[in-house]
Amino acid sequence: MRLNAIWVYLADQPLLWLALTVTLFWLARRLYLAVGGLALCNPVLVSIAAIVGLLLLSGTDYQTYFDGAQFIHFLLGPATVALAVPLVQQLPVLRRSLAPLSLALLVGALTGILSTVALCWLLGVDARTLLALLPRSITTPIAMGVSEQIGASAELTVVFVVITGVLGAAFGVPLLGRLMRKDPVAGGFALGVTSHGIGTARAFEVNAQAGAFAGLGMGLNGALTAILIPLLVWLLGL
Amino acid sequence: MIGAIAALLLMQLAGTLLVQFLRLPLPGPVLGMFLLFALLAWRRQVPEALSRTAQTLLENLSLLFVPAGVGIIAHWHEVAGQAGRIAVVLVLGAAITLAATAWTLHWLLARARTRGLQD
Repeated sequence: MRLNAIWVYLADQPLLWLALTVTLFWLARRLYLAVGGLALCNPVLVSIAAIVGLLLLSGTDYQTYFDGAQFIHFLLGPATVALAVPLVQQLPVLRRSLAPLSLALLVGALTGILSTVALCWLLGVDARTLLALLPRSITTPIAMGVSEQIGASAELTVVFVVITGVLGAAFGVPLLGRLMRKDPVAGGFALGVTSHGIGTARAFEVNAQAGAFAGLGMGLNGALTAILIPLLVWLLGL
Repeated sequence: MIGAIAALLLMQLAGTLLVQFLRLPLPGPVLGMFLLFALLAWRRQVPEALSRTAQTLLENLSLLFVPAGVGIIAHWHEVAGQAGRIAVVLVLGAAITLAATAWTLHWLLARARTRGLQD
């Protein structure tokens, strides 16, 4: 009875879900480190799954949860702006290999968008889901902005973004095979372009050079795709 | 640190206002990122406090994905019927993008290196 009264009081406070989100993420990250960075134990996936479980068990709706979690969500804006800092720190490298990087970036961004459109059409995935899938290769803050702008569901996009990040981190290095060792610049850049922050974290585990170029690929692809997607949506009349 | 946070928020604000008034096809914070990039490239150095704050924020970037990711709970009914097909799009799309980007850059860099040797 007393316990129930405490729950009823807490469930009304934004603080409960804010505290639980940060704590569960912290625990999920410790778990991830404990299992040696196993991609399937990605802390984002694990904490999302844990919170979804808690919400279902307690019968709490998403709006009530978000009233608390929005304080974390808000930080995505300043974090997007902060991506300019590592980008500017790569300025000398950027200048030196500008032409190859630009061309590879354009190929990566276009392949990402067009392969999604083609596969969705082939498999008959509905248009609303297709729109939410389009920004899946770019870093979450940008992907959410793009998703909202083209009228898709930002929450759905985030789920696709996280899955794409985990896929790239888990299978990227084995898929690239020899190339990753022979040319960490190209391998790292491709990991960043395809699977943004989660891929970049994986590239840093390969070596520092792969990591730096993954960060560069993530930043550049975020910027380019943010421009390309609204343009393509308009051109294709989606 | 407060100065760095003020700088990030002001760039976000400037980006958001410009997007609104110029009707640009970009999220406000993305334009804010471009503005900060241009400013820092022009100054030719990143202030120590800004560098530290940005690093802290980006090191914990993945936490910021969680609240929106939990939103799947409100949208599950939209994807439940086609979850298998969506999984195929996600896996194949990522593999194609990764391979195309890596091999293009590898080929271009190797070509640039050979040309550099010949010159």
